[in-house]
Amino acid sequence: MKLPGPLREFGIPRLLIAVFLVVLFAVAVATHMDLRGLISDSIVRVGRNGILVLALLPAIQGGLGLNFGLPLGIVCGLVGAVISLNAGVQGVAGLGLATGIGVALAIPVGAGYGWLLNRTRGQEMMVGTYLGFAIVSMMSVFWLLAPFKNPTLVWAIGGKGLRTTLSLGGIYDKVLDRWLSFDLAGMRIPGGTLAVFGALCFLVWLFFRTRMGITIAAARSSTRFARAAGISDERTRVQATVLSTVLGAIGIVIFSQSYGFVQLYTAPLLMAFPAIACILIGGASVTRATIGHVLVGTFLFQSILTVALPVTSQVIQGDISETARLIIQNGMILYALTRTARS
Amino acid sequence: MTPPAAANPPALELRSIVKEYEQNRVLKGVSLSVREGEIHALVGENGAGKSTLMNILFGMPVIWETGGYGGEILLGGAPARFRSPAEAMEAGIGMVHQEFMLLPGFRVAENIKLNREPTLPNPVSRVLGRKLESLDIPTMRADSRRALDSVGLTIDEWLPVAGLPVGHMQFIEIAREVDKANLKLLIFDEPTAVLTETDAEKLLAIMRGLAKKGHAILFITHRLDEVLAVADRITVLRDGEIVGTPDPKSTTVVRIAELMVGRPAAVTAKRRFFAPTTEPVLAVEHLRVDMPGERVEDVSLAIRRGEILGIGGLAGHGKLGIANGLMGLYPASGRVIFGEALFPLNEPRLALERGLAFVSEDRRGVGLLPEESIELNIALSALEAHGRFLHPFPIPALRVLDHGAMRAHALEMIRALDIRTTGPSQQVRRLSGGNQQKVCVARAMTLRPKLLFVSEPTRGIDVGAKQRVLEILTALNRDHEVALVVTSSELMELRAIADRVAIVYRGRIAAVLPPDAPDAEFGLAMAGETAQAAA
Repeated sequence: MKLPGPLREFGIPRLLIAVFLVVLFAVAVATHMDLRGLISDSIVRVGRNGILVLALLPAIQGGLGLNFGLPLGIVCGLVGAVISLNAGVQGVAGLGLATGIGVALAIPVGAGYGWLLNRTRGQEMMVGTYLGFAIVSMMSVFWLLAPFKNPTLVWAIGGKGLRTTLSLGGIYDKVLDRWLSFDLAGMRIPGGTLAVFGALCFLVWLFFRTRMGITIAAARSSTRFARAAGISDERTRVQATVLSTVLGAIGIVIFSQSYGFVQLYTAPLLMAFPAIACILIGGASVTRATIGHVLVGTFLFQSILTVALPVTSQVIQGDISETARLIIQNGMILYALTRTARS
Repeated sequence: MTPPAAANPPALELRSIVKEYEQNRVLKGVSLSVREGEIHALVGENGAGKSTLMNILFGMPVIWETGGYGGEILLGGAPARFRSPAEAMEAGIGMVHQEFMLLPGFRVAENIKLNREPTLPNPVSRVLGRKLESLDIPTMRADSRRALDSVGLTIDEWLPVAGLPVGHMQFIEIAREVDKANLKLLIFDEPTAVLTETDAEKLLAIMRGLAKKGHAILFITHRLDEVLAVADRITVLRDGEIVGTPDPKSTTVVRIAELMVGRPAAVTAKRRFFAPTTEPVLAVEHLRVDMPGERVEDVSLAIRRGEILGIGGLAGHGKLGIANGLMGLYPASGRVIFGEALFPLNEPRLALERGLAFVSEDRRGVGLLPEESIELNIALSALEAHGRFLHPFPIPALRVLDHGAMRAHALEMIRALDIRTTGPSQQVRRLSGGNQQKVCVARAMTLRPKLLFVSEPTRGIDVGAKQRVLEILTALNRDHEVALVVTSSELMELRAIADRVAIVYRGRIAAVLPPDAPDAEFGLAMAGETAQAAA
């Protein structure tokens, strides 16, 4: 099948998803659903998930493939969030403290992860997946045994061990979503979260235009070229991993404030997968990704999730949105992996 | 004397083959035939249509994905239209590739008989079918032995392929093709590209032997002297058309080269005259480089300010190791003085920062980032080593790429070096070999080096571009007073541009000769028969 130039560049998978999304919206209009609500929900979810998707970009640019080990960064962010909650810091200060601790933890954790990936070259995605699983399980033990005492965090009965879900209500629930928020055509737009996401996108874009960023991308393409240019590709791979892990930590804190809850225990287990699906739907490959891929992919994937649930339950009795999500998400990852085997 | 093959029936006939890629005609009605017992050489510049023709002949999927081809192929007198390489092989076309298609973990005989193994029935196979018959190892070994003997290879057929020298692998490939019972046509695609000169000569002798036994051979190569040495007939392809079929007995290399490029080719670059100084810019003492296949044992050498020093020698004797070692790409030891100061070895980064630059012999692996744009490829080393092409900012780590400056510089280089491209943002892998080499040179020039190493500057690029690359190098030396160390397998090229030519033999300098020294002296030095090891 031959498509005209601009469409072909957009890519058939993206085209199909976009058409699917338009069909969903059309059905929503036809069945007199609250279209504004759907769009506004989609935008909220873009802001909520965007940074976690962005976190994958440095790893891809650094030649490490899809960072299935994203849960490493996520648990760092969660530790930050829990410590800040335990201290009882409110509002933006609490959010800042959570992010700060998360980042401070993510730097050494990312460096260790990068060191491990250098020792298991060529299997980064497999190693990342299993390391992510292992860390999440290890952290489950930590959440249970950690000496947090704040009664709003620990189980009411027994007073030991953190609860599975911690509410941020009244602490920093939606502080960024509300900050700078505005109404557009009757829809509430979470300006602050989008602004933070946009700012981070810009910073990452800028980073890959600095000497260090260009070096990371150059080392990805060819180890031997890098060596001849005096670049240590082991170092650039660690740098890319650290950046990815740090963004993962920031991403989960922003996610939690928008969602209103901090989810512990096995919640981070599968969080890398939807993020990976997002960036792939956006057009990234295992070896190449841009900020544009992050933005387009997050919007397409998250919108489908938002719209599919109410629309399908409207049209057919029953809920297939979770099924559709799993098919699209894992199908997209499989599709991307088949494409790399060839190159 | 007419070749004995002249009266034989054609094994292969191509009749007005036409092929288009998206309205772009790459083959415009090519007709040629290969008789039994004949070596037919097909020569042409990169992009002349040789590979497309081979792809058609071999039924490669790329042909069918792009709309097939026009014209007729007759193999052994019968019309043929191959839909896949498997069909072509079954019909009797054998191919010797320049990259080896051998299974390293398998034995020589197993590789030769792969998928055509002679088998013997056993109880299981009588019940469950022929696929489960046992291998007939003695027959396999005997067949392989015969095939190996026919290509003059004396190695044991029961050795594993992994670890054999490169030259042997090429001959095993040929043995495998020769062993096929229904072989009608044997295609050699640049078979000598990776061989040493001795092995290449052996290969040519084997080709002649195979032709004498009645095999039809189609020979594709860049090396025109090889064509003259073995071909019974020559077809020259240019821009998808046959532009000449010179008689190998009466034509010359220069004449074939002219036909290929369509303009009289000057095979030598103009020498610029310069007053040699004796002041060394780089002095090397007892250099030892551990580069696999190109080991340097003990080289002492002084490179003078503003000169072009050629380094020649046979493959495997270590001429390539010198530049790679000094640039820090392979473990090296020795004492090196650069300018006034002691120069650190094994530090690629410092080598660049101190003012050395290197155009590697391994263009695709070391020389280029094939997926990246031309402008980034040109700018990258200077950006890395000297922090050029960045916007000013007080904190160095936060300086951001100055895209405008990078683009302007790339455009200047594209103009100065005549890089044929659609624009500075084109991916480097889409360029031809010659233009890729110009990008490599442009990157090295961007470093503004005091001393530039260039290894195999014209390997694998076509005649026209060769000339241009050599001109660029001499101009760089003349106009910017950059000292050049050019390492090349092509002695003529070194003698054309260098002020002095050092010949390496077994990891040591056998002689340093003026470029106009008699051929015999170069020959002796390459064979290691001179005692003057002074640089």
